Amino acid sequence: MRRVVSELGAPVILVVATALITGAFSQAHQLEFENALVMTAIVVALYVFIGNSGVISFGHVSFVAVGIYLGGILTVDPQTKTFTMPGLFPYLRHTDIGIVPSLALAAAAGGVYGLAVGLPLMRLSGLPAGIATFAVLGITANVLYYWQKIGPTAQTLSDIPEAGRWTLAVATIITIAAAYGYQRSRFGRMLRATREDPAAARAAGISVYRQRLIAFTLSGALAGLAGGLYVHQLGLIAPDLTYLDLTFVTLAMLVFGGVASLWGAVLGALAISALNSFLGDAENTVHVGFRLTLPTGTRLVTIGAVMALVIILRPSGLTGGREFGWRRR
Amino acid sequence: MNWGQAIADAISLGALYGLVAVGIGLVFGVMRLINFAYGELITAGAYVLAYTGGWPAPLAILMCVAAVVALALVQERVAFRPLRRMGASPAAMLVATFAVSFLLQAIYLLAFGSRGQIVGTLGQLNSAFTVDGVDIRWILLVTTVTGAILLLATGALLNRTTIGLHVRAAAQDFRTARILGVRANRVIGLSFVVAGVLAAAVSVLYTVSNPLVQPQMGVPITIFALVGVVVGGLDRLWSAALGGFAVGFVYGMFGDLLSSQQTVYLPAVVYGSVILVLLLRPAGLFAPLHARQVERV
Repeated sequence: MRRVVSELGAPVILVVATALITGAFSQAHQLEFENALVMTAIVVALYVFIGNSGVISFGHVSFVAVGIYLGGILTVDPQTKTFTMPGLFPYLRHTDIGIVPSLALAAAAGGVYGLAVGLPLMRLSGLPAGIATFAVLGITANVLYYWQKIGPTAQTLSDIPEAGRWTLAVATIITIAAAYGYQRSRFGRMLRATREDPAAARAAGISVYRQRLIAFTLSGALAGLAGGLYVHQLGLIAPDLTYLDLTFVTLAMLVFGGVASLWGAVLGALAISALNSFLGDAENTVHVGFRLTLPTGTRLVTIGAVMALVIILRPSGLTGGREFGWRRR
Repeated sequence: MNWGQAIADAISLGALYGLVAVGIGLVFGVMRLINFAYGELITAGAYVLAYTGGWPAPLAILMCVAAVVALALVQERVAFRPLRRMGASPAAMLVATFAVSFLLQAIYLLAFGSRGQIVGTLGQLNSAFTVDGVDIRWILLVTTVTGAILLLATGALLNRTTIGLHVRAAAQDFRTARILGVRANRVIGLSFVVAGVLAAAVSVLYTVSNPLVQPQMGVPITIFALVGVVVGGLDRLWSAALGGFAVGFVYGMFGDLLSSQQTVYLPAVVYGSVILVLLLRPAGLFAPLHARQVERV
């Protein structure tokens, strides 16, 4: 019981703290803190599959994208939609729901898409899994960019209602709790067994395919939810929002914190978000005892360098794949 | 649009992607590493060409080859060798090459800006001659011939020299090859050098038709060549080359023959076929039947 409290409590406290201190900052910084919460939700969704199964997926941003498009478009006023996106499917065009129901739908859609993709793809592992999930991402990005019946395609859709920081924080905490509940369940444990030794897990009667599929679907649903959060944090849908950059940044956060633990996922997301936001400020001069002004573009280079260094020097991440605990085993 | 024209365009695009595929496949064979950052080598070469615009063409090309090979060796030494030493998993290696690719793009953005540079080297090859009503630009011919020569040369290096034998041995079974006295770092170094030369050749040829150099220009090239490598079969160089050629050829054909309304979903179709190939023939389309499957973990 004490273990549950510290392992689940530490990430939740971190998220609550982030939401709390958000209020103390100016408008521009509030946006960055809220963005950090959303990134945490996305990275935790990634972790549920990648961390527990040990199989790489480049495709999860597709599920985030489904959440973004569905969650965003359904909350926009129908009259605006008829005007800006006349080609939309009638259901999408006429429906107008609140933020919370749209999040639930985003999660459901992400889960369904995850299941549909996972059914054929979960037979693969290692390199082929990486390439195939990447192909899924490519297909999703391509279709979202051109199909006018499902979204704004190459245009930017703005005026999407924005969610407050506590909505974001609560949803992120739900994501974390779901991830923790899953990894402590017998399904989570079976999947972790397949990660450590597939042959032994098979010999113990575990279906690797089925366990991976369960995790992939759950992880898709959480990614869809996170996408819903993302669109209500940004207040807009822009083309190519959900392609290589988001994929890279979220994977980088996960690897940075430590792929194999929930604590690592949360810590990585918040740490890289903080670094990102600090460097963004420093590009426009920041006071850290002295005036620091970095040339534009330093932010990306530094993030990239930190990422590459951590992966090369410490592939198990900051946390080394351990959950939060007071005593080191 | 004329069929002859489409075929001519498609062959040269195929030759280009064939070269990229061999560069990626060569490194994969030895290191079991898919290098996502391969496209950034091509971008680097293109920037060298853009900044040596006033130089005589042979000198600029020489400079381009030298810089790209140097960068390829730096990638290997700084990023991939430590990972190999630690015995990182294929997935970790994949993410690492992703990170290197992202880092290099960020560096290009910082150093050269996002607006793009223009390459003028060999621009005169864009002029065309007419055969039987088909306009053929010289660059198509040059690309196809250069591509064929480089592929043959790579094949000869691998099949006719001692060091090539070592590379092939290492690609078969790295550990046993080392036990038998193959020097790991030399073999890997050589494969990165050859991959670098191929990347530089692609920089030179590609920028004649697409002279605008931007930080991210290498990304789509890598992705499509990678698709070709996987579709063709990772385990053999010639099947990787054939796969790269096939993807380039199909892309060129459809790009010319279909209207732009129809081609927008072409990437989705290509990615979809990759998934199909991975599920149905994991060893690749051009691999022999009953071939050893791609290494599974």
